[in-house]
Amino acid sequence: MRLVFEKSVPGRRAVRTAPTDVPRISMRSDLLRQEPANLPELSELDVVRHFTELSRRNFGVDNNFYPLGSCTMKYNPKVAEHIASYPGFADLHPLLPQLRMGGMLTQGALRVLHEIDLLLCEITGMARFTTQPLAGAHGELTGMMIMAAYHREQGNKKTTVLIPDSAHGTNPASAAIAGYRVVSIPSSENGVMDVETIKQYLNDEVAGLMLTCPNTLGLFNPHVKDICDLIHGVDGLTYYDGANLNAIVGKARPGDFGFDIVHLNLHKTFATPHGGGGPGAGPVGVKKELVPFLPVSVVTKRDDGTYALQYDRPKSIGYIAPFYGNFGVVLKAYVYILMLGKEGLRRVAENAVLNANYVKEKLKGHYRIAFDRLCKHECVFTISERMAQNGIRAADIAKALIDKGFHPPTVYFPTIVTEAMMIEPTETESKETLDSFVEAMIEIAEQAENEPEKLKAAPTTTVVCRPNETAAAKNLNIACSIIESPAC
Amino acid sequence: MVIEGLLYTKDHEWARIDADVATIGITDYAQQMLGELVFVELPRIGKQCAGGDELAVVESTKAANDIFAPVAGKVIEVNDELESQPELVNQDCYNAGWICKLQITDVKSVESLMDSKQYEEYLAGR
Amino acid sequence: MPFISNTPAQREQMLAEIGLSMDELFDDIPPHLKAGEFDLPRGLSEQETRNRLMELAQKNATHLTCFLGGGFYDHFIPAAVDAIVSRSEFYTAYTPYQPELSQGVLQAIYEFQSMICRLTEMEVANASLYDGGTALYEAMMMALRITGRNKVIVDDSVNPIYRVMIHSYTQNLKIELDQTHCQDGLANHDRILQMIDDKTAAVIVQNPNFFGCIDEFSDIADAAHDKGALLIVSTYPLSLGILKTPAAMGADIVTGEGQSLGIPMSFGGPYLGFMASAKRYVRKMPGRIVGETLDASARKAYVLTLQAREQHIRRDKATSNICSNEALCALTALVYLSLLGKEGLKETAQLCADKANYAYKRLTAIPGVVPHFRGKWFFNEFVLDLPCEAADVIAKLIEKRFAAGFPLGRYYDGMENSILISVTEKRTKQEIGMLAEALESVL
Repeated sequence: MRLVFEKSVPGRRAVRTAPTDVPRISMRSDLLRQEPANLPELSELDVVRHFTELSRRNFGVDNNFYPLGSCTMKYNPKVAEHIASYPGFADLHPLLPQLRMGGMLTQGALRVLHEIDLLLCEITGMARFTTQPLAGAHGELTGMMIMAAYHREQGNKKTTVLIPDSAHGTNPASAAIAGYRVVSIPSSENGVMDVETIKQYLNDEVAGLMLTCPNTLGLFNPHVKDICDLIHGVDGLTYYDGANLNAIVGKARPGDFGFDIVHLNLHKTFATPHGGGGPGAGPVGVKKELVPFLPVSVVTKRDDGTYALQYDRPKSIGYIAPFYGNFGVVLKAYVYILMLGKEGLRRVAENAVLNANYVKEKLKGHYRIAFDRLCKHECVFTISERMAQNGIRAADIAKALIDKGFHPPTVYFPTIVTEAMMIEPTETESKETLDSFVEAMIEIAEQAENEPEKLKAAPTTTVVCRPNETAAAKNLNIACSIIESPAC
Repeated sequence: MVIEGLLYTKDHEWARIDADVATIGITDYAQQMLGELVFVELPRIGKQCAGGDELAVVESTKAANDIFAPVAGKVIEVNDELESQPELVNQDCYNAGWICKLQITDVKSVESLMDSKQYEEYLAGR
Repeated sequence: MPFISNTPAQREQMLAEIGLSMDELFDDIPPHLKAGEFDLPRGLSEQETRNRLMELAQKNATHLTCFLGGGFYDHFIPAAVDAIVSRSEFYTAYTPYQPELSQGVLQAIYEFQSMICRLTEMEVANASLYDGGTALYEAMMMALRITGRNKVIVDDSVNPIYRVMIHSYTQNLKIELDQTHCQDGLANHDRILQMIDDKTAAVIVQNPNFFGCIDEFSDIADAAHDKGALLIVSTYPLSLGILKTPAAMGADIVTGEGQSLGIPMSFGGPYLGFMASAKRYVRKMPGRIVGETLDASARKAYVLTLQAREQHIRRDKATSNICSNEALCALTALVYLSLLGKEGLKETAQLCADKANYAYKRLTAIPGVVPHFRGKWFFNEFVLDLPCEAADVIAKLIEKRFAAGFPLGRYYDGMENSILISVTEKRTKQEIGMLAEALESVL
């Protein structure tokens, strides 16, 4: 499909700007650009057709089942989109509260921020949340900065953060850019962090631990509290990566496990759409002792029932986002929690876990399961020996699923399982959908064992098939710019 | 494939010692594990490193690995060819795919390396 | 139950098939770690939810005529932008890990990267970062990696919100941040030139700067390059419709806040950070990057590329920890720029400058209102000195239904009487006249 630039016709226009009613000024020419930016010249119809065509080359949860493990691709309620577009929210300038008495101009928005703080605290067992982090990884960095600020205040000289080898890559990356050295802890034979193993890594250098629970294998660690206690024993802090909260939401709370800092991915557990890569939102909650370190500003409720922003926070890690986070995303999560309520929230984990175990049991005889135990929100499979002998890889299974109309599971993660296929059905999917997915997976398994060459050609139903990633990285073409490619 | 006469590290680097100069590369095992390379980040000439220091980075589309200095030394030459043809490491890792040359500054650091036989045993034990 | 498809009967059937009860599904959580009753309200119907949220939305001020900017602007957004971005094939997708099912988003990101390159005249751009502030911080970290140095010079004409963010992020790192104090509305060129030395990794400046003034950084670029340092320019993308590009000034890394490109203000986000640089630095760049390639049948295809820089492969040695970015906002900016086109962007930028200059003349005609910086060119924002405290005047103007501007005393000592006024293409001559009358009446 041609690029938007290639559809340009000189002199064609889409948007007509309003006629000017003030004199035109001419600035000093050395401050101006010599040539206008080489943007395409298109009609509105051209633009709409171009992007409609692009949208047809894309696949979302609204298209079909999207069991991308660890990404919690549940249905995104339409009403949340509708509400986020209310002018009272969408057109609100973020600097208004910084004007004198300006807080009174944004009472509705501040109330949303205050109430989601309370709701998230109740859901996770923490004392206070900040909505500022702009994505999950940003929440991790915020959490690590809070950890560092706490140790600085305590006068502790701590240098390392412990992270299991099954963790998302964002964990070590976040700890490292916050200034910590990362020590990777091997998973035990049953797929979770072992109490005896972690003891070997404990020393005074340990600033804290980052843990995902249930972990990226979908396994809940029954010793999670003991592990937290051990870390506290060396004056370390414990960090809960909330990427997999969907498995336990409404059932158990990381705060009760002994975690000091928690981040949540609103685009996972709380149903905000992921937008093809973002925006996300990664609120961070902390225990009472860490509240003073939360970023500036925080929303408080005054005695008269009005809401205000508090900027005077001497121990705070400071500003980590320009304002109050991805407000539009936070708002959608707020709507989702309000609509679910107490009962609905509990049903999330129950149905997510039921769906995952159902798929696990149905596929067990057809693929090799990485850890044959009760799983939580997701299960991890790998290819059978026969498939491996046939030269079949997890990617081939994934590509074959595409031809059957499904989005593939996450493949090659977690890295501690070779040829991993990580399936997360989520609670919003029906039994019929799961059954048709299972049926497709079984058909593919049979092909992988008996007619492997057919799978190698998949997918055949898509606009492209297995793009050459090596060539993309070697012959780098990442922009059709005037400089790079005069033909455009 | 392991070549006799070279010295090896547990991180799968090799070193060819010629008087006080060590030529460095990655082993056949390493290049196979990485898959087709798309980029080699070469060290700056003049860089000083102790044995075990990060020296270079090799990248495929799915992995990126640090190359550690097998011996202590100063970088005196790099294989510029790899800038445009990183695949040389895949095609001929022990010859055309060499990465850089170090002027050895600590002869003792050579002693800790494995010979080809020891490296083969090390690989077999993995 | 809302948003759950399975009926109770189906659940029972599924449980029976796997031979477990609902309680048993949670047997791996020790009893003492299970939560009791949650103190949460009952769930609401859609109708109740919409009513409640509409009530909250109405408690926010939408009646104000906006002259408030400070890096976040009330620009006009064509209806087609929302119509396109609301297509759920885009917004309900995850990161494009499977290229065969994601050519739409992947091509859009490639086009977005191209748009940013064309706007800034830089060679390469990434798929987006969270916002303009984190983008500037990431650019600083990138410069540290490229140069292997740890000293950074930041001029205080850079958005103060971004400066405090950079300060927060570097608390636990060994980085020397030196701030220069702007001079007469522009970056302090003399001081910066003196301070650049062979330990300097980067100089960070902004154009147009926080005061709206238009600067030129070629001298700083030359001096930085002489010492092996980089020039980082934070920019306002819409202004590049007419203003000299950072590339033309010799910038090595360019970042900015893309909110002005069709993204609503939304009380602070989601916004759009972007980053562009010279091609030779692309492997040190943070964030996702989409590249063009061919598929098995030699068809043009787009994929995530240079992933070995990223956290999911490189873990603690990644160029950044970023995973989710602002893909949908990047799509929004791409659609906006496609709709405006070459002429539309130039016209819109020119209109902003024209209207701001008109407002400047109109407001400085008021007795007691004087320009803070004299004889400086500005884009769509300018600083005026009032005869009394600006915060007071702004509060009084809110009562007259104007968000008249930003009180600079909040971030700059000695500027308590100064107001930063922003004028976009949306404001009319009449609105500017009414603001002038209102301002005159409260002084």
